[in-house]
Formats: sequence, C-alpha cells, structure tokens
Amino acid sequence: MTEEIKNSNWKLRKGQIIAAKQMTATEKWFDIKLEDGDLDHEPGQFVQVELYGIGEAPISVCSSPTKRGSFELTVRAAGRLTKHMHSMGVGDWLGIRGPFGKPFPVKLMTGNDLLFVAGGLGIAPLRSLINYVIDNRREFGKVDILLGCKTPTDMLFGDEIKTWEKRLDVNFSCTVDRTAPDWKGNVGLITSLIPGVTINPEKTFGVVVGPPIMYKFVIAELLKKNLPERQIILSLERHMKCGMGKCGHCQIDHPKNYYCCKDGPTFTYEEVKESKKL
Amino acid sequence: MNYHILKKTELDGFVKKLAKTMKVCAPVAKGHNNFAFEEVTSAGEIALSYIPTILPPKKYFMPPREKMLDFDISEGKPKDTASFDSEKIALFGVHTCDLAGIQCLNMVFSEKPRDYNYILRKENVFIIGLECNGYCDTHASCALVGNHYPNGGYDLFFTDLGEKFIIHVGTQKGEELVEGMGLEKASPADLSALDKVREGKKKTFQNEIGVDPKSLPAIFAKGVDSKVWTDLGAKCVSCGNCTNVCPTCYCFDMADTINLDLKTGSRNRTWDSCQFETFATVAGGENFREERGARQRHRFYRKFKYPLDKFYRAFCTGCGRCTRTCMAKINLKDTLRALAAESK
Repeated sequence: MTEEIKNSNWKLRKGQIIAAKQMTATEKWFDIKLEDGDLDHEPGQFVQVELYGIGEAPISVCSSPTKRGSFELTVRAAGRLTKHMHSMGVGDWLGIRGPFGKPFPVKLMTGNDLLFVAGGLGIAPLRSLINYVIDNRREFGKVDILLGCKTPTDMLFGDEIKTWEKRLDVNFSCTVDRTAPDWKGNVGLITSLIPGVTINPEKTFGVVVGPPIMYKFVIAELLKKNLPERQIILSLERHMKCGMGKCGHCQIDHPKNYYCCKDGPTFTYEEVKESKKL
Repeated sequence: MNYHILKKTELDGFVKKLAKTMKVCAPVAKGHNNFAFEEVTSAGEIALSYIPTILPPKKYFMPPREKMLDFDISEGKPKDTASFDSEKIALFGVHTCDLAGIQCLNMVFSEKPRDYNYILRKENVFIIGLECNGYCDTHASCALVGNHYPNGGYDLFFTDLGEKFIIHVGTQKGEELVEGMGLEKASPADLSALDKVREGKKKTFQNEIGVDPKSLPAIFAKGVDSKVWTDLGAKCVSCGNCTNVCPTCYCFDMADTINLDLKTGSRNRTWDSCQFETFATVAGGENFREERGARQRHRFYRKFKYPLDKFYRAFCTGCGRCTRTCMAKINLKDTLRALAAESK
C-alpha cells in the first residue's frame, strides 16, 4: 500500500463524542474530540461524518474555531445516517474527513458591520461565525443577529441565545412563524425583522443562512436596503459526497460550474445570483 | 519518436508476447454489433474493426465498483485500512475518441485534490491506440471535436496500412516495448502511406453537425432556458445509461457495505449518474435538479460548457455511445443541431 493511498483525502480521522444533547425533537447536538488533534476549521466549513457501516454525510461545523480541543455539530434527523446518529451518545466513535469548503470571508468582514440572518437549521453553520465574531468582538463594527424559526420549540441553542440577548455588544431579535401560549416575542416571517435594522450599506456584510426558500425573500429585503450584492454572503446547501469537487453531486447549475463543496458552501450573492436554484 | 511496422500476420505473436508480461485487454465481439473490452490472449479474439465498445475503457481506470477502505467495528473504536488493488494491463485497440476520454479523466483526477486511487491505477495501464480509417457508424461525431485524428494519450498507436500496421511510438515505455520485440522501423514508403491514409480521412470525416465547434460555448451560453431541454425531459426515462457509457462521465457515489458478521465491512466507490432522480437531492428533501429536462441539460453542459472553461476542451469525445444506448432515442447530434438552430 503506497503512502499516497494511506494518506489520501479519503482517510478518516477518528472522533469520539464527548458530549451530546437532544436540542429539539429533530435536532441533536454533539461535541466531538478528534484523537489526533484539533479539526482546525474556519467558520462556515463542514466535515464529512462517517458512521461505519452506514455511510457518510456532510455536516456543518457549528462551533467557532476559537473553541479549541473539540468541535460541535448539530444534526437534524433527516436522512438515514443522521437518524442513526441520533441514537449515538457520549463515548461513541465516528470517522471524520475535512474540514472542507470555503469559509465565510472573515478577513473581508473585519472592521465592518455585520448583519446575521438565520432561518431554522441555518443557525448551525452561522453559529460558527457568530461565536467567532463574539470572541473577537472588537475587530468588528455593529453586530445584528436575526433569527427565525417555525415555532418556539424549534429554537436551537436556546441557552446560548439567551446570553446573546443579554449582551450589550450585539443586537439580537428573533421571530417565529407560528406562536405558542408562552411565547412573548415576535410572530411572523424573518423578513419582517429586516426593515427594523439600520444598515450602512457602505460597510455592512449581510450573512444569510437558511433554507432555499428563505434566500429569495431575505435577499430581496437586503437589496431594498441598498446592500451591495457582493456584501451579501450565503451558505448554500447541496449533498457534498466527496468534498473534493469530483463526485459531481453538489454542483450548482451556474455558468461558472461551481462545486458547492470546494467553491462554496459560502458564496457572495453576486457570485451565485445566476444560479438556477440557490 | 519513431515509427515501426508490424505485419498483420505477426499480430498474434505480438499479442502473445505482450500477454506474457501483463494482462492484455482488447475489443471483443459480443454479437449483435456489440463489442466489449475484455482480456485476450491471442489476436484471433480481437475485433480489429469495431464500433465503440458498450463501456468505454474508463472501466480500467475507474472501476464501476472500487473498494476504498476496509473497516472493523467489533471493538468500540473503529479500525480501518485503505484498500487498493490494481494490476498491470495493456489496453490494445483504443480508438482516438476513447484516448481523448482517458485524457479527460486524467485531467479531472490529477487536478488537486488529487485522486491517487485513479492516478496509481492509470500508471499501471499501457495504452495502444488504433486509428479509425473510416466512420464506425452514423452516431459518431468525432470530427466535430477533432478526435478523428490521434491527439496523444497513448504509448503506441497503430494505423492499418492494409497488410501491416504502422506503429507510432508515443512514449519511452512504448519505445522499449517495440525495441524489445525487435519490430522493424518504418520505411519512407510506409510513412507516405500513412500520410495518404490521413489525407483520405479529411474527406471521409466531416464536421457532423455543421456547427463550428468554436461557436459551441456561445450556443450553450445562450441555451440555458432552451425548449430543447424541455423536449429532452419529455423523452428521457432517467435510466442513466448515457452517463454509464460515456467515456468522460466520472460522477460517483460512496457507500458502505457491512458484512454479515455486522462487525466488518468496506467503503466502496461506485459509478453514479446525474440523470438519476435523487442525484442532487439533499436529506431534507430539496431536489436541486428535479426535472428530467434540467438533468439532461446538466449532462450536456458538463460536456460542452463547463469543461471548456475548466479544462479548455469539450468533454464530449464524439464516440456516440450515449445516442446508441439511449432507450428514448435521445440523439446527441440532433440535440446540438436543434440548440444551434435556436441560437441563430
């Protein structure tokens, strides 16, 4: 066996679950420690999670690289692998490849105002950036976080979000599509929160992560606020199977032939606006 | 590099000698005008005149199913070892369209991040090309993409001169092989006979769709929302035959197989197809290429648009396999013609 094969991009690192928590009925959070050192990722990147005998699935890293020693994933039980992963807990092992993908453009964002817009599970990849920004807070201007979810019980990272709400250096607001008896917050689509935010289009980056349907409406609102297309950052969802721009599954229907795993998953709206689907 | 001569009567000896040092694979007739690359041990088994084989030679570079990893999960912490299995082979009789196909795959898998499973397998293959002096059938469009003449990609290249083959030596490896076999050098008369064959091909092979290949990028740039794709979508049955037989289709899936002991298993790479309904579906249910027409468009763009930007060439080799194999009679040449007509 040659060294090239042994150490190829298909090589799996071994990770052990050191903490896990069921967050909602469909989402579970995992803290994973790799046996051979840090994941060394950047905000917005993803890993391939291998459950031996079941297969592999791409999952966004939801923790900031400023947290060292382990990394976190929030997994929705949506497919075969993720459903199985929900039965796993502390002490269980899995295989990890990565990190893969182009991270959020943190260098470009430095010194600018940030507007984060997260819908549903979109908060998972965005959290890696939000916590990175909070941990390096003085490097950035004004920070607004808008969060939308279907119902109050679907809200992820509830305890952590309470600390964002209390902080004086970030403005946090959230809304639910459908209310519940004890909900005192906003009710309505996430787009309803955008008009209330003051944006300086010259020095603001809007970072939007959510389901495809959300992009259309949120981007329209941001453009209304005169935010330039190149300052709207998205993280697109596709089924990345190899992470190397080869297997073809994550290719975006765009004249530029983007592979979501390699050229993305983060893109500026300017880069991907010609796509058939976002 | 040199030209050598092999008399047709000596071909059997050539194949037998070659077969002593490595497995020789060549086109073999399978009946009903079907051919397949298979192991041979004598020249008699080889179909020297053949239309493109059912599967292109990509199966030797990127097997339909390839084991990448063995694993053992009998204890808490999984153990795994990378797996790689490859033998030395000589591919004999590869047409120029398929040589071009191999060159395309070489570019894809040599591009960073490199795929060493492919690269190491490729290094084990000795390639002997074979010139087409005439068209295989009406489905070919090799002249459109300039693949009716050899454009490299071989160690040795055979051209039929009637009683004998003239062999162009493309690599040092090739040189050593013909030297070792003591093949005589080609005479000036042989070289002018080769020139004559090539000259004659200029008349035989004509741009099959009457569209300037240089205009293809513009045609495809305009054609994203063409009715052509809706029409193809109405015909296509999403069987994936076109991509399986394509010499430059390389999309794949990775899947785990667990053994009956439920403790050991393997990770395997298998061919996949962008024509399958769930190819671009994510676990949440969103399908980013839901319509059959969109999937057909994607296939054509991956041949005539995207690779032109990335690899400076079309990834259609003109072999015609997709048209020959299509159950719904989707025709590549007709599709290109329709698209070109629309963009005028």
